[in-house]
This record gives sequence, C-alpha cells and structure tokens, in this order.
Amino acid sequence: MGAPFLEVRNLQTHFSTFGGSRVVKAVDGISFTVREGETLGLVGESGCGKTTTCLSIVGLLPAAARVVGGEIRLAGEDLTKKSQREMRRIRGRLVAMILQDPMASLNPLFSIYTQVAEPAYYHLGMRSRSLRRRVEELLRSVRIPSPAMRMRNYPHQMSGGMRQRIVGAIALAGGPKLIIADEPTTNLDVTIQAQYLDLLKDIQQETGVAIIFVTHNLGIVAKMCDRMAVMYAGKIVECGAVRDLFRAPQHPYTKALLGSTAKLGSKEPLFAIPGQPPDLANLPSGCAFHPRCSEAMQRCSEQEPETVQCGQDWTARCWLTHTKESLRHERASA
Amino acid sequence: MSAPVLEVQDLQKHFPVGTGSVLRRKTGWVKAVESVNFTIEAGQTLGLIGESGCGKTTTAKLILLQERPTAGTIKFEGEDIGGLRGEALMRYRRAVQVVFQDPFGSLSPRMRVGDIIAEPLEIHSDLTRAQLQERVAEVLELVGMSPDVAKLFPHEFSGGQRQRIAIARALATDTRLIVLDEPVSALDVSIRAQNINQLEHLQDTLGVSYLFIGHDLATVAHISQRIAVMYLGHLVEIADSAELCAHPLHPYTQALLIAALPAHPDVKQERLAIIGEIPSALAPPSGCRFHTRCPHAMPRCSTEVPVSKEVAPGHAVACHLY
Repeated sequence: MGAPFLEVRNLQTHFSTFGGSRVVKAVDGISFTVREGETLGLVGESGCGKTTTCLSIVGLLPAAARVVGGEIRLAGEDLTKKSQREMRRIRGRLVAMILQDPMASLNPLFSIYTQVAEPAYYHLGMRSRSLRRRVEELLRSVRIPSPAMRMRNYPHQMSGGMRQRIVGAIALAGGPKLIIADEPTTNLDVTIQAQYLDLLKDIQQETGVAIIFVTHNLGIVAKMCDRMAVMYAGKIVECGAVRDLFRAPQHPYTKALLGSTAKLGSKEPLFAIPGQPPDLANLPSGCAFHPRCSEAMQRCSEQEPETVQCGQDWTARCWLTHTKESLRHERASA
Repeated sequence: MSAPVLEVQDLQKHFPVGTGSVLRRKTGWVKAVESVNFTIEAGQTLGLIGESGCGKTTTAKLILLQERPTAGTIKFEGEDIGGLRGEALMRYRRAVQVVFQDPFGSLSPRMRVGDIIAEPLEIHSDLTRAQLQERVAEVLELVGMSPDVAKLFPHEFSGGQRQRIAIARALATDTRLIVLDEPVSALDVSIRAQNINQLEHLQDTLGVSYLFIGHDLATVAHISQRIAVMYLGHLVEIADSAELCAHPLHPYTQALLIAALPAHPDVKQERLAIIGEIPSALAPPSGCRFHTRCPHAMPRCSTEVPVSKEVAPGHAVACHLY
C-alpha cells in the first residue's frame, strides 16, 4: 500500500453562534490518514461530525464554522493554510466530492455535458473536440448507455440512479486522487445501490483513486472499505482495518453499532444502545459515550481517555483499552 | 389455526393518468397494484418488500381504505372491508392503524403529545377526560415512555422517540393490525434497534399483527414471520422469512439477497447479475414484469404473465422457471 496521501492531524472545527457565546465542537481533535488507492469508511450517527470533517477537507465549511486547530495535509501541503483561491485549484483536481442527493448537486438548468465538462475545462485545460471525447469517456466509465446522446440531456430526464452516476462522472472529470463520498447511496433503491457500489469499486481499480466513504451503514463499510474510523460526538473513538474492527471491536460504541445492525437470517434480538446521541453543545463530562456505555466505570465520567494503540494500525479511545494495554506492558516488562 | 386477521385476494389498483388539459382526457392507467394476494395471521408480522414504485405503499393505502381497489377484496377477520359502512366502518378503522416513515411529518407540531395520542380515542370512544388521560398514560408506558411526556410538544423529542409516540397513537384504540410503512428507515442505527426491539416486544405482549413495509431485507427479515416480495405491482414471491432467505426462488428475490449488504467483511460477495433500472409503471414490460432485467429470461417471459404457484408448503412464486 502507498504512502499516506491525506493526513489529518488533530483537526478541530468549531461552529460559533451568537457572536461566539455558544461554541459547538463539531470536530474535536481527530487524526486519520488515507493512503493512495485506499478506501476509508467514516462511520457514525447523524450529528457526530462526519460531514463537517469532509467539508473541512475540501474547504467548503458554512460561514459559522471554522477550522480552529490541526492540519490537513494533502499530498504534502497543508490545506488549512490555503486561501479560497488556492483551494479552487485543488477542489476537483485533487479532491472531489459526491453528495447524498444528486438532484441537489446537479444544476437543473445546464445539460449533462456542460456539468461533466466543467472540471476538465478548468483543471485540465481541455477544449472542443478533446473535451467532448473526455465527457463521452467519463459517461461511459460510469455506465451511462449511449453517452453521445445522453450528454445532451438535462438532469430531470434521468432516474435517481443515473443522476448519481453523473455526479460520479463529474467527480472523476478533473482526475482527482481522492473522492469523498458522503452517503452517496442513501437515496437509492437496494439493487441500484448494489450496482453503484460495484461501479465505484471498478472505477477505483481502474484509476487508483482513494475514497473516503461517509456512511452510517456498516454493511456498506463491510463491502467497500479497507479501513474504518468510527466517530462519536466529534471524536474518532476507534480506527483500524475493517476486518479487525468487525472481528474484535475494542470500543464499546463500535461493539454496540455492530450489535445493533440486523443480520440476514438471524432472529436474535438486536442490541439496542440506550439513550440518545448527545447534544454537541452540551457534552457529558469525561468520555462522551459513558452515559450510554454498558461497560462504563467511575473513571469514564471523570476523565477523558486518550487515544491508545491497540494493534498494528489500530487505535481506540477508551479506558478499557488503556487498562488492557497497560497490563500487557507490565507483563512484558516483567 | 384461527382465521387470518387480514386476507387480501387478487387486489388491483389502477390510477388514471390525464393529459392535464381542460378536457381532462384519460391517456392511460398506472397499474400500481396488480394481482396481490396474501394473508396475515393473528399476532404475526408480514413483511412487504420491494423497491420504490413497486406498489407497497398503494397496497397499504388500500388496506387503510384511503384508496378503493379497482378489483379484488380485502377481508378483515373474515369480513369484506369494501362493503363496510357506518358503525362497522368505524369499528374497522379502530382496529387497523398506521405508523408512517417520517415522524416529523406525521405528528402535528401544534398539539401536545397527550392530545395527539388521545385524538383517535376522542373520535372512536366516549371516554371522559380523566379516562382519556389514563389511557394515554397507559399506552405511553407500553412504548417505554414516561406518562409525564403527555404535556410536551413533538419538537422536544428525537426521531426515535417521535416514532414511539406515533406507535403509541396507533395502539391507543383496540388495535389488532398496524400498518408500518418504513417505520425505521428515517432513524439512526442505534435508535433503529431500540424501535425494532420495542415493536417485537409489543407484539409478544399485546398479540397485535403487523404489516411491515420496508426495503432493507435484513431488517424486514428480522421482524417478520413471513415476507412478500413485490415488483412493479405484482407479488412475485411469498414465503416464511427463514425459507425466503435460505431458498429464494424468484430471480428478483435472489437479486435482492445479493444486493443486501454483508454483515461482515469476510462474507463472500457475489456480483449483482441484474442490470438496468426499474421500468416505468406507466409503460410496464409485457409478460413477466421482471423479464427486462432478469438473467434467466426466456422467450415465454415476454409474452405470458406468470401465475403464482405454490412450490413448497407456504412458499409461492410467480415465475416461469418453476
């Protein structure tokens, strides 16, 4: 596997409202890496900071939000220091994004050709015939039948699955090294979803693009991703290889998420996580998960755990892992 | 076994499509539901699964009498609901209730939770104010909420809690069948499990029947005893939940199973053999509706509509392969 292409270190993105009197720490000190050609799953429930993380990377945060600390290194350069003008040269060329709702990301007034051609026009400097050929090629690569005819269509003439494939073609148009896909299949039907996921895998194999897959669906992670990062209340609570995390989850939240998903053909009662996800403006003390955690101890409500290494390329943020690891160290030294 | 709670026979619903001009000419029909047959036994759950536009929700509306069928009958506890009038109709509406997908749209933001739950009771019973309050407290406790929440407004609750309030409202009258139209699709994963467990617990304690509509096979298979698969208005396969997951017969059911996401990264994944998208219901394919996407299509499939055959006890499939 290649060197880290994207390296996020201690990223903090806060929303401040009411003139700064109310601060919501949507992303609170997260670190992760994405290697070339790899797929990282970013998993968590709504409001845990997944989308804010992605928007911080591409520099498209809403006005109230600001990156207040940490760095985002993409191909060696720190994106947090870039001006909006410089970011425009990076978005589309190095990083592209696929959003959840294709109708919201496509412009209903422009033809498919115009929209797919735009990134190639600006970033690759393509014009006239070569541009047309490029668009045709892109549409073919996302399996749009008769692309030469279809590129004259408008978004409303296409089905939901096709629109999402068009968005995929736009994302690929600038030849990016990283695609951030924010719940791209939530609005699609199951068979269309399966087709889309297979398509993304094929594209990845052909172009070697790295993908960050934002989702709350662990099934998609199991199918698509090499590594996963589980987020809870603005922090990454566990991060590692998908196989390791599914086999032996360290953090109780990862365990609970895995237990709460219905498995095909199993009638066993689901493991329900009690309570609600916390309000980010008013977080519980200590570990943010402790009020819902089945293994919470006295210490969890008082002190926040640090991220510990619990295997090769595997970290967790839980006092249980701390205890386990320190025991192992003691045993090793003895 | 006692008589089924609900018996649906040869149900059809066609919607006219107009030109939209002043003349309002009819230019065609959307056959939303064609040939649907199933039964729901007392205290059991039937899962109805299919992709958007396959007629799941129209079927639910027909059962709830929000739409009248073009043809076919729906029998509730042995009685044809098409002929119900007056008091008998009110009795039916009391016994059959619904929970919708979006708990933000289905609860009035201007009413207190207690009033929301009491509304069906005010219509269907002549309880006094005190008795109403008592019943509201009772059903709130059934869904695991404190009776004190009756004084609050819906915006003070999360999606999962709102869905519980909707379930409490559905239970308030002496409900024997609840139509659950994608009740957990809008919820977060951790909350989804809470609500599914809650629904299963309510069925065990109250013996209420469910028609559970969904598109996620794993969830539907978890809660249902039997599953019916729909495709473009046709019921293509119906079987016991375990049987359907272990031996899917119809190529569409097989495709749904392949498309279902794996529970573990080590699960071997087949590639989906079906291609293309769901055809428009305005111009459905001839013969078997699925033949345009089916990997096993034969010449016969495009001309002849397959009839549902029982291939094993309790397992019926509509496909020329069997």
